[in-house]
Amino acid sequence: MVSEQLVDLSRLQFAATALYHFLFVPLTIGMVWMLVIMESVYVMTGKPLYKDMTRFWGKLFGINFALGVTTGITLEFQFGTNWAYYSHYVGDIFGAPLAIEGLMAFFLESTMIGLFFFGWDRLARKQHLLVTILMAVGTNLSALWILIANGWMQNPVGAEFSYVTMRMEMTDFWAVVFNPDAQAKFVHTVSAGYVTGAMFVLSISSWYLLKGRDVEFARRSFGIAAAFGFASVCSVIVLGDESGYTVGEAQQTKLAAMEAMWETEPAPASFNLVAIPNEAEMKNDFAIEIPWVMGLIGTRSLDKQIPGIKEIKLKNRERIVSGIEAVTALDALRRNQNDEAARLKFEAHKTDLGFGLLLKKYVSDFSQVTPAIIDKAMNDTVPRVAPMFWSFRLMVALGFAMLLLFGLALWHSVKGDFADKRWLLRWALLSLPMPWIACEVGWFVAEYGRQPWTIYGVLPTHLSVSTLSVDNLYGSLAGFVGFYTALLIVEMYLMVKFAKQGPGSLGTGRYANEAHA
Amino acid sequence: MLDYETLKLIWWLLVGVLLVGFAIMDGHDMGVGTLLPFVGKNDVERRVVINTVGPHWDGNQVWFITAGGAIFAAWPLVYATAFSGFYWAMLAVLWALFFRPVGFDYRSKINNPTWRGVWDWGLFVGGALPPLIFGVAFGNLFQGVPFSFDDHLVSTYSGSFWALLNPFALLAGVVSTAMITFHGAIYLAHRTVGEIQWRALRAAGFFGGLLLLAFASAGLWLWMAVPGYVIQSVVDGAAQPDPLAKTVVREAGAWFANYRRYPATLALPVLGFAGVLAAQVLARTGRTMAAFWASALAIVGVIGTAGAALFPFIMPSSLDPNSSLTVWDSVSSRMTLTIMLWATLIFMPLIILYTSWAYRVMGGKVTAAYVRENSHSAY
Repeated sequence: MVSEQLVDLSRLQFAATALYHFLFVPLTIGMVWMLVIMESVYVMTGKPLYKDMTRFWGKLFGINFALGVTTGITLEFQFGTNWAYYSHYVGDIFGAPLAIEGLMAFFLESTMIGLFFFGWDRLARKQHLLVTILMAVGTNLSALWILIANGWMQNPVGAEFSYVTMRMEMTDFWAVVFNPDAQAKFVHTVSAGYVTGAMFVLSISSWYLLKGRDVEFARRSFGIAAAFGFASVCSVIVLGDESGYTVGEAQQTKLAAMEAMWETEPAPASFNLVAIPNEAEMKNDFAIEIPWVMGLIGTRSLDKQIPGIKEIKLKNRERIVSGIEAVTALDALRRNQNDEAARLKFEAHKTDLGFGLLLKKYVSDFSQVTPAIIDKAMNDTVPRVAPMFWSFRLMVALGFAMLLLFGLALWHSVKGDFADKRWLLRWALLSLPMPWIACEVGWFVAEYGRQPWTIYGVLPTHLSVSTLSVDNLYGSLAGFVGFYTALLIVEMYLMVKFAKQGPGSLGTGRYANEAHA
Repeated sequence: MLDYETLKLIWWLLVGVLLVGFAIMDGHDMGVGTLLPFVGKNDVERRVVINTVGPHWDGNQVWFITAGGAIFAAWPLVYATAFSGFYWAMLAVLWALFFRPVGFDYRSKINNPTWRGVWDWGLFVGGALPPLIFGVAFGNLFQGVPFSFDDHLVSTYSGSFWALLNPFALLAGVVSTAMITFHGAIYLAHRTVGEIQWRALRAAGFFGGLLLLAFASAGLWLWMAVPGYVIQSVVDGAAQPDPLAKTVVREAGAWFANYRRYPATLALPVLGFAGVLAAQVLARTGRTMAAFWASALAIVGVIGTAGAALFPFIMPSSLDPNSSLTVWDSVSSRMTLTIMLWATLIFMPLIILYTSWAYRVMGGKVTAAYVRENSHSAY
């Protein structure tokens, strides 16, 4: 059996490095379109101010991008180094979108970013704009393929298990690509990135306005950020609801946990605005309920039921019992592939194989399985409710807070009086961390909510790890913490330095603070 | 749709193409990084050196990332077994690579000699260490790697990091480092003038010589003292991949079996030697562009030599030879290989097209004057 500690440390390392990576990704995804907008205005109007905007915000974009690239490689490596059995078990499906991401998107993005920074004097205006657009397209396609891979972990369509090769194999590539879960995730995630990019520009521009310097530059930047941010935050919220809807179909478990729905209510279910979930007794000690709302969001209907946690667990128990048959038949087939009786038994139970594998956390010999162990495995199949419930609510609250801010920012930017509204500028400045917090807790909900699986219903997390020693994990974790702390300090130092210096850092002679190197 | 056996062979070639592409494209950036502290004597010179690869290193690094992704998709068992088995070596590569994006992008953003000096050595580590470790890893492949599978194909690795650093593997590391640094030196000579170009040519002379010597010695060593692996059972190339279904034995001289059976493959080591010599001559007579391509052909020759010797093995197991990973039994399904082939055929020409365009736009010599004029925007 795999050591609990090894599994926990492997998860911790992946979670830490993935969340760290996602400090940089959303800003890249969003800023790149702001650069496209700014440069398009430059090409259309010929005003140097817009070129300076593209170059200055581009400089900050570059500082951020460098760490995005650095920390992205870690994630690709980690599938192999720390999740070897996962890589073997699902590489046939999961590897393809990662490789296609490289070929189709990352090459384009990374080649164009070089020309974006170095090509200003060597390319015609329209050529350079084309480079910026291709960089943006590459960045967003990159997100698409990564989220196709991630969406498959949540909703593994288009694949089947083979007992000969002892792994999942692709049966329908287009089902993997057009996985509704992946598509909803893509739109929601890139929109969140757009909000992040807009907030970044809005906040820093507000700071210049509060300081009363580089006013024209900051006003134009603020205007673009307000409009882009408002559109994006609407998209995040509307399409976030959409992603809740597909979660409702493919992954009712996650939905039930993040809404603390213990019982299956008659349709349409009520929505728990606030609750104190009690894990041990499987009920909420306190809840403020809004009738009908959950049913409407979750099923888009008045008559479809949403299963509660208790019902889900009972169904999963049946699948675990059936999964025991699948695992024992598989063992027989691995000893002798011509065992016809085992093959028939395996075929009958193979959709529950993953559920049977959940028991391997507790027993290696399946003749030792007792009802108590089955109950333990059953209870594992729903993630802990309180962390899901609260992190989801934090994300949603931040989303609405940003909607309000961008709404006001757009309103005053249309009226043209935002530069005098110091309360608005201060509020915008203080809101800077919001999109990052929302993105991080959003990923927490998505990934913690999938536990105990790496591939939902197919491969349990505790079987996915590499056979490494716990010491190896402590060592590598320490290395990552050390490197990432140092890198973050360096990155923040540069970001703050150049944000403070402002467009004067371009050395054009048109702005304040030209003196520095 | 192509038959499974042909697809398996095509993917062996394609992984080879991606590794060679990585060595040629990312390799010259890494070579330049390795040479940076030595050929650049002051800050302006170092900025010249960095800016020869400044606009391109990022795109070139994707060869590495894509090669990794392609191995994941086409050879998942190899990806899983190699990355987890070589745990510390892989983390060392990863951590060395950390220095590159930040080194390139952050170094010249602050005008402080200590800051810049630290990043220069960071770029050195990011350039020198990955080729060294990859070479050492290849050296270990020839000797076999201590892993085995249980009947659910869970792999267990029983070696230590220090065991990887044996003499033959270190020699392979020298081959790889010399090759990449030589290639970087030739590229640097192509993109610079004056003193820096002269120093780059001297470095090319040294590393080219070292490469020839190390490559020949490694071949000799392999011939004399490293037994190869042979599949004894009948191979069905079209079968569903199952790495436990064959019998493998170790046999002296087996790594040369392919060269005996298909003498045309001897063109690969010849290309390795000839490419280095041609690149030296061309670079010294001022035809640096042609020298770059000759050096690229040398890389094709050197990596091809290793690949052809190992074939059909990818990662032999010293612990349980029957668990060895080969071209036939560690691959993805026929459908995945087919889809990936299409993706490669569609996107690879596009990548080559826009990469060439980027080099043309940014072409020409990088000089001290260029760096001074663009001090706010250049690296």
